[in-house]
Formats: sequence, C-alpha cells, structure tokens
Amino acid sequence: MSQTEVKDTKTKKADLEARALADIQDMVAACMQCGTCTASCPNSFAMDYTPRQMWRMIIFGMLDEVLKSKTFWLCSACYTCTLRCPRGLPLTRAMAALKRLAALRGGEQRKKAAFYKEFINNVHKYGRVQETGLMFSYFTTMMDPFLPLSYAPLGLKMLGKGKLHPPSGAHKGKLDAIFDKVKQMEGTT
Amino acid sequence: MRYAYYPGCSLTESAVEFDVSTRALMTALGAELEEVPDWTCCGASAVEAVSRLLTYALPARNLALSERDLPGLDMLIPCSACYLNHLRVEREVLGEKGLRGEMDEILAADGLKYEGTVKVRHLLDVLTNDIELKAVKEKVGHALRGMVLAPYYGCQILRPYKVFDDPERPKTMDPLIKATGAEPLDWSMGSKCCGASLMATKKEVALESVAAILAAAKDADAIVTVCPMCQMNLEAYQKQALRVNGRARPISIVYLPQVLGLAFGLSEKDVLLDKNMTVTERFLNRLRNPEPPEEPEAKDAPAAEKPAKSQGKTEPAREQGTPAQ
Ligand code: SF4
Ligand code: SF4
Repeated sequence: MSQTEVKDTKTKKADLEARALADIQDMVAACMQCGTCTASCPNSFAMDYTPRQMWRMIIFGMLDEVLKSKTFWLCSACYTCTLRCPRGLPLTRAMAALKRLAALRGGEQRKKAAFYKEFINNVHKYGRVQETGLMFSYFTTMMDPFLPLSYAPLGLKMLGKGKLHPPSGAHKGKLDAIFDKVKQMEGTT
Repeated sequence: MRYAYYPGCSLTESAVEFDVSTRALMTALGAELEEVPDWTCCGASAVEAVSRLLTYALPARNLALSERDLPGLDMLIPCSACYLNHLRVEREVLGEKGLRGEMDEILAADGLKYEGTVKVRHLLDVLTNDIELKAVKEKVGHALRGMVLAPYYGCQILRPYKVFDDPERPKTMDPLIKATGAEPLDWSMGSKCCGASLMATKKEVALESVAAILAAAKDADAIVTVCPMCQMNLEAYQKQALRVNGRARPISIVYLPQVLGLAFGLSEKDVLLDKNMTVTERFLNRLRNPEPPEEPEAKDAPAAEKPAKSQGKTEPAREQGTPAQ
C-alpha cells in the first residue's frame, strides 16, 4: 500500500465514522433525559453508563468516551426502552447502530463484535446458519482458550440430543449477490 | 387454510422439535404449510449489529420469494427473532422511500423484487386469530388436567410493534393453555428478556435474567415458549442459572405447539419431546397421569374407558387391538 492509499483508507474510515455518529445523533436528538429507558433496561445493572447517559454523550459528540463504554454491547434488543420512551425514539436501533460504529473502529472493539461478525460470515457462506460451524469459528476468532470450556456443557448436550451437524453446503452461494451488492453500497470491506 | 411457511435456521438444527411439533399441530388443525422454496437466513439477532442494509435485505429476500412462488399466502413464522426481522421489513420498507429504493436495488441483484403483498404472521398470532378456540378445544383428547404451565413470550414477538398482544402484559397464550386442560401460571415474567444473544457474548449478565425467570416459575410444571432462542437460554443454560439464584429449581421447558400437540393426543415421539434438553420427572408424571375430570357426570362414562386413558399415549394401538396372547 502506498502512502496516499493508506491516507485514503484512513479518511474513508473517519468519514464513515462521522456519518454513523450523525445518524445516531439524529435518532436520539429529541431525548429529554427522563430516564425511562434506564429504568426499563434489564441489563442496566451491568452497564458502566446508563442508556440515558449514553444518549447525552452521543448528543455531545463524545465519540471516544462512548466507544470505551460497554453499555451498548450489553443491549440484548428486548425493545422495552423503545416501547416506553415518551419521545418515541428508536433506542434499540440506536444501540445496534453503536455496535456497528464500534466495529468500524477495529482494535479492541473488533473482538467485542466478533460473535455478530462470525454469525453473519456463516450466513454469507452457507445461506442458512450452521450452528455447529458457527460455534467453532467464534472460538477461533476469540483466541480465548477458556471460552470453549465454558460452552462445553452446551456442546455435549447438543451432541447427546443429536443436534450437532457438519455444515450443509446445500445453500452455499445463495446470498453472494445480495452480500456483494450491500458491500458495494455501504462502502465497507 | 394455507400458509407460506418459514421455519428459519434454528428449526432445522437445534430447534428441530419446534419445527416438527408446529407442522404436526397445524396438520391436526387442518391447516396446510408450504415451505418457502429456497429460503435463506434472515440474519437472526446478529445482523443489525453488522449491517443496516442486510438487516432489511436478508428477510426481504424471503418475502420476495414467498410473493413470487406462493402468491396470496400469509407467511407463518414460529421463531420470534425471524418473525421480527421479517415484520420489520413489512412495517418499515414500504413507507420509507429511500429504504425502499435501496431494497429494490439490492434484491434486483438477485433477480427479485419485494412488493409488500405478503403478510408476516407469528405462529401464536395464527393460533389466536385464525383458528377458533372452539376448534382447539374440540381436538383435545388428552387433557393436561392438574398441570400448571408458565406462558413465556419473550421480547421480539411483542415489541417494538404491537400486533396481536399487549407488549407489556401479554395474554394470548392463556386461553390456549386453558384449552389443554392445564392452568396458566399467573406471573409477571412472561414478557421479560431471557438475555438473547448476550448468552454468547456476556454470559454472566444473561444468566441473571434466566435465573430470575426460572425462580419466578418455580411453582409451575413447565415453562412454555414460542422462540428457539428463549428455549435455548432457559433449557441449555438452566444448570448454570440455578447456581446464580438459590430460589430457582429445575423445570421443564417446552414449546407451545408441543404442549398443544400432546393435549391433542399426539405421542411424545410425534412432538419430539426427547429432543428437549430439560424435561423433569414431575412434568412427565403429570403428562402421563393427568388428574381425572372433576365433573361428576364423568362417572357415567363407560368404566372401561378410564384405565385405558391413564396408560398414556405411547401405545394407543393396544386399547383396541386383539387381546394379547
Ligand atoms: S426514555 Fe427516551 S426521552 Fe427518556 S431518557 Fe430515555 S431516550 Fe431520553
Ligand atoms: S433494548 Fe437494549 S437498551 Fe433497551 S431496554 Fe432492552 S436491553 Fe436495554
């Protein structure tokens, strides 16, 4: 890669990040800081910033602080906040958009996004998710020797129930056209 | 009654019992399911964290296929995550011009077009609104009297779109459970989150949610689910969750169509009960030996019928066959 190409990729990434942040700012711009979302969230006990605080930081454009937080990684998409927000804001969608924005940044965030990424890679490759294969590729990406151990009981249960299968290639390539087109339109790699 | 049927990936692998029992139940109710030819994954709960366009495009592909190959049919989906992904397309794509243009462009690359004519329906919606409760009751041949069942709805079948039930205090499973002869548990955890894919990414946090649900259901014989992800979190991680909350105890986790099917008199094999990961003795006992009917007029029934019924459903042929040698 030449110097200019490196610079180009960098600017491109910064552009994508800025655009993504602006989108999320639009989603939560009307927040009146009432805290209903925080009070409704089943996972707020484990978050470092509450959802309400997160929206404020986003409106202020504090991108680096936001990306250091684990709050949005703890969203399980239960849609309770979205349902209850008196301003009708698409909060679950904003949490998902934050996961995508973080994945753009790479580095530490890449690992946190690994499960979602591996899942979608599996979908792309096989057309239909192959759960057994997904488990293994997720472990490989995480490079955490203890992770497979903590899921071993599940694996054994699935095996005992005849629910582990080698991947089926029957629907391979079926989603290539759609994935290629989306990649081109979203400008990601 | 005919439906386009979208089983989704889980139902072909880890949730095969959900697929088999749904098909068996719908057949018993006289409905025909036509699997959407060539369907692909909708992206489940992972896709929105990866790509905004794929979030709409993956389910839109299936909807376009259904419109093209099974025109005029509603699309019946048993999995709540698949249901929400397809419903999101129905609710958002048609109304938003920009998004609609993007979908047209992406699907054209695959030779398809989404018109918006197909209606997305969850299994529970169909059981509640298309099928008369009377018809369900009439089919019950093995009433689950004495059984207490906790209806567990989870999130994505209820929210963010309010379609066929109250998104905070759902109740559509109650009449179906009562129809089986069982009693629905009156609890407030039916719409609480099970942790969903946090079980893969932040297990400690998801285990707290599962433990709280199990503890609240401790007086029931089983928790009844309508989503393979809820089912997986509640059954496969149950042992680990029990360590988190001392008030919880082991409990069976079964799919709604399995329970209905069993009450119809389908065998445990017919609904693949052996594929469930947590089925307790307590549940099996109640299933195989339901309480006798309360009504006094039952005494008038032919005496021979009763012992035959309490033998369970595993070998129904015996009842009428020639006497054993
Ligand atoms: S519920 Fe809505 S308005 Fe209230 S703090 Fe949360 S996002 Fe803001
Ligand atoms: S959707 Fe996410 S942020 Fe909102 S309440 Fe549920 S888990 Fe919390």
